[in-house]
Amino acid sequence: MPAVSKGDGMRGLAVFISDIRNCKSKEAEIKRINKELANIRSKFKGDKALDGYSKKKYVCKLLFIFLLGHDIDFGHMEAVNLLSSNKYTEKQIGYLFISVLVNSNSELIRLINNAIKNDLSSRNPTFMCLALHCIANVGSREMAEAFAGEIPRILVAGDTMDSVKQSAALCLLRLYRTSPDLVLMGEWTSRVVHLLNDQHMGVVTAAISLITCLSQKNPEEFKTCVSLAVSRLSRIVSSASTDLQDYTYYFVPAPWLSCKLLRLLQCYPPPEDGAVKGRLVECLETILNKAQEPPKSKKVQHSNAKNAILFEAIALIIHYDSEPNLLVRACNQLGQFLQHRETNLRYLALESMCTLASSEFSHEAVKTHIETVINALKTERDVSVRQRAADLLYAMCDRSNAKQIVAEMLSYLETADYSIREEMVLKVAILAEKYAVDYSWYVDTILNLIRIAGDYVSEEVWYRVIQIVINRDDVQGYAAKTVFEALQAPACHENMVKVGGYILGEFGNLIAGDPRSSPLVQFNLLHSKFHLCSVPTRALLLSAYIKFINLFPETKPTIQEVLRCDSQIRNSDVELQQRAVEYLKLSSIASTDVLATVLEEMPPFPERESSILAKLKKKKGPGAVSGNELEEGKREGGELNGAGERPGDSSAIGASNASTPSPSADLLGLRSAAPVSAAPPSAGSLLVDVFSEAGPAAPAAGANDDGFLRDLEPPTESSDSLLAEGPGDSDSAPPSVVSEDPAPPLPESDELLNKFVCKNNGVLFENQLLQIGVKSEYRQNLGRMYLFYGNKTSVQFVNFTTTVSCPGELQSQLNVQLKPVDPLVEGGAQVQQVINIECLTVFSDAPLLNIKFRYGGALQNLTLKLPVAINKFFQPTEMSSHDFFQRWKQLSQPQQEAQKIFKANHAMDTEVLKAKLLGLGTALLEKVDPNPDNFVCAGVIQTKAQQVGCLLRLEPNAQAQMYRLTLRSSKDTVAKRLCELLAEQF
Amino acid sequence: MRFMLLFSRQGKLRLQKWYTATAERDKKKMVRELMQVVLARKPKMCSFLEWRDLKIVYKRYASLYFCCAVEEQDNELITLEVIHRFVELLDKYFGSVCELDIIFNFEKAYFILDEFLMGGEIQDTSKKGVLKAIEQADLLQEVDVSSPKSFFLFK
Repeated sequence: MPAVSKGDGMRGLAVFISDIRNCKSKEAEIKRINKELANIRSKFKGDKALDGYSKKKYVCKLLFIFLLGHDIDFGHMEAVNLLSSNKYTEKQIGYLFISVLVNSNSELIRLINNAIKNDLSSRNPTFMCLALHCIANVGSREMAEAFAGEIPRILVAGDTMDSVKQSAALCLLRLYRTSPDLVLMGEWTSRVVHLLNDQHMGVVTAAISLITCLSQKNPEEFKTCVSLAVSRLSRIVSSASTDLQDYTYYFVPAPWLSCKLLRLLQCYPPPEDGAVKGRLVECLETILNKAQEPPKSKKVQHSNAKNAILFEAIALIIHYDSEPNLLVRACNQLGQFLQHRETNLRYLALESMCTLASSEFSHEAVKTHIETVINALKTERDVSVRQRAADLLYAMCDRSNAKQIVAEMLSYLETADYSIREEMVLKVAILAEKYAVDYSWYVDTILNLIRIAGDYVSEEVWYRVIQIVINRDDVQGYAAKTVFEALQAPACHENMVKVGGYILGEFGNLIAGDPRSSPLVQFNLLHSKFHLCSVPTRALLLSAYIKFINLFPETKPTIQEVLRCDSQIRNSDVELQQRAVEYLKLSSIASTDVLATVLEEMPPFPERESSILAKLKKKKGPGAVSGNELEEGKREGGELNGAGERPGDSSAIGASNASTPSPSADLLGLRSAAPVSAAPPSAGSLLVDVFSEAGPAAPAAGANDDGFLRDLEPPTESSDSLLAEGPGDSDSAPPSVVSEDPAPPLPESDELLNKFVCKNNGVLFENQLLQIGVKSEYRQNLGRMYLFYGNKTSVQFVNFTTTVSCPGELQSQLNVQLKPVDPLVEGGAQVQQVINIECLTVFSDAPLLNIKFRYGGALQNLTLKLPVAINKFFQPTEMSSHDFFQRWKQLSQPQQEAQKIFKANHAMDTEVLKAKLLGLGTALLEKVDPNPDNFVCAGVIQTKAQQVGCLLRLEPNAQAQMYRLTLRSSKDTVAKRLCELLAEQF
Repeated sequence: MRFMLLFSRQGKLRLQKWYTATAERDKKKMVRELMQVVLARKPKMCSFLEWRDLKIVYKRYASLYFCCAVEEQDNELITLEVIHRFVELLDKYFGSVCELDIIFNFEKAYFILDEFLMGGEIQDTSKKGVLKAIEQADLLQEVDVSSPKSFFLFK
């Protein structure tokens, strides 16, 4: 037991603690604790009233037991009793117990709050501080509800003692963090800001934490703090090392306060007032200068405090990103740290330089340190420092040094720590793609990556190399040759087999001329790896084999032999078996023409954000990379593969799925799946590949990772569709012509149409005989609709035919292509028909769908309107409030606006309204309209001829049960048409 | 700051202070995990590391590790000095502090920390300011302060 026992010794407690420490085993400890708990319980329950000291002692023991990691479920009441004690230490222990063992019992909370209230109003500063500490330690919503109103008053009151002010400021901060809605500064704002001028440095230190947090949330209201902060900082920076007495820390004047002031300034843009700005720049220069002065002490605390201010100042300089001189100076001073003997400084310098690398002013200056950083990557003994070095290399990479950096990172990968390999692989892959001048270098790099760190090459990486090879015909031959060579290594990674299988399947023909890589040699090479691979890779290889049959007819017998063998055709894995069976069948019954169509070369992938970049972002958390990437995106305007979306690029928005308006996060490609959905350019094949059975209701680009794989693989992969639309069906006759003229549209057809304005799926029509269901999906200016004709009777429909017509000018506005439908619909059966739609330009009317069939000899003839309206081709557009109103103003000509005021047809439910507006296809913009009851939306209508931007505002008036709907659009007819369509919806 | 932990080289937790609401189970898990990470590090390694979404700043004083978890944007070096100042305060109060002082007077250690940091932010950086508050409290000891008179005696 130590001799020191300051304050009140609690002998019983000390004995207990020694006992616990002397326990030889965990069991003994638990036994001793249980004994003590039983003892305390009996004391608390006993008849004899405990005196304050005993109560304090037992509560303290319970606290100790709890802190050892055991559960404590009693003693709260005794602790609360201690709160109302007049003895300071008893009160103190009571508060400590309550703060550590927070309890949600409401009766208890009421008692605690009462005690706190008494202490807050006691005017005894020591008690007030205890109460404030307790509120801050618990920080619950209940506490906020009870005290958030009182504390600001204490904080700014003239007669409050400094120590209480400090506690009140931080207590308020804690409550603000948990329940910002309950802490209303309002009238206190300016007085709180002026605490920055307080004479007491402790008060300023505490208050500035509060002010910083409030400024982050309400920058406008607190912006007067900028000039106050600058003058305070200036006074500290220019003071001599002893001026601030107790606030000087190892010869550094007020380091904590300086750092906090610099942090506060980072909540704001550079000061507009020239004088303030000048003073601040002076401060920053002084800080940089002081950091260069010889140290006043050899103690590490001195240099830490000094450099803490330096790093914070540099963070502010980077935040402003407007003072080239300061940026370059900062970079040079950090450069000196790169070889400092303190590991901490090397680490921080590398980290800070990462952000400097993204500024156009200092990027070049950072680059001059490349050799030092590479050296750090190789020689640092601490993995976290090496990680920072790798990050910095990544950040400083550009076209001029990409080859060197990628080579260094690759060679580091061979020995890199397992914990950072995957991230390193992603980074190498991204840099290789981004700065590839010639794509053979890119292909080499990625194949090297797979060779060196195959286990860490995630799917995104090898998907990406395939995407790029497919999209660039100049590299396909080289890729085939290189991958062929790589596969010859005796042990090669399964990821290499995947890439090899895919590339040779697509482009093996490009190297087939060389007898050393003749078709059979290629096939044998691939097949020699087959048995070592996992099921997904084998499945991919089977697809490669069927592509081989198409590319090289001479391999057909060999491959058929392979497919036919029991280990394939009777494989216990369903997927493999199905592929083997179907590919074998396909290769034997399909004509070469059909085979060539089915196995046509993969169409190019749409250029979007690199999926690897998205993955890296996900790994690092949003924001960690994006700032950097955007910057680099700006600098590297001409990059080859469009990694990183450019702001304002509407085609990037367009690539998201229109049928289910996706939240903006999806636009950034955070879902790795989105980027690769294959959208072939030819007009014939729309949206998802023709053969894919992808459920029409599901988003075309799978939101899950399976979808990624499915979309990436060639169309033949989805096996059931092969049978459904295989060669057998492909030449079935077009709908036979029925002589009778189509009937006029049903009177209710317009009404039916209205049901589908805000939704894509549902029942379009139903009578006693027939039910017609619709599912549809749209992307850009293309749409695909599935019609399901259900025979509700038990008798078959014969001569079932359907036609679509586009009356009048619609013919030139919309291109509608009807796929054949089975002329026979059995009783109780359903047949499906696919309609492809292309929007050429804006249109108003809907195409007509005529259906004819014979039911028991009687001709049925009905005409409906196809539920296609102009809004189906909306691409949602996210924009800020500022952008919205700017564009709104730009569209102010009378013909650009259409407005309707109408009575609500349905209940005015906010959620229903939101769902409808989302169904419309536009983006529903939150926090744009100053009136929170209003809705505003934005979208771009995609037609082949043009893009039409539209803005919408819907103002509900619940009292009058009315709406006012306003549409503005760059094309007058569109606003009018949308207004008509929508007015029926609400 | 999200939390501060003091633990011994043997992995015994000596003090824990959480500045955001965290479930007991998560606390235990985090403490275990973090102790493992920090104890595995070698002496010359840097005092900062990335852990989950936090930055960890730690320093060893004799047999005790002082370990702070701070936010992404917080300043590592100044956090290191927060630790040092806390150690100085303990030292000043106990008179060349050792691990045993913190074990046997754990409640005092909590009081000192509370006077120094509140809600994870620094309340006062002046050694005198903090110690004055603690010592004043010690003076108040067993004195009944119910009557204002006796309180003012010690003011």
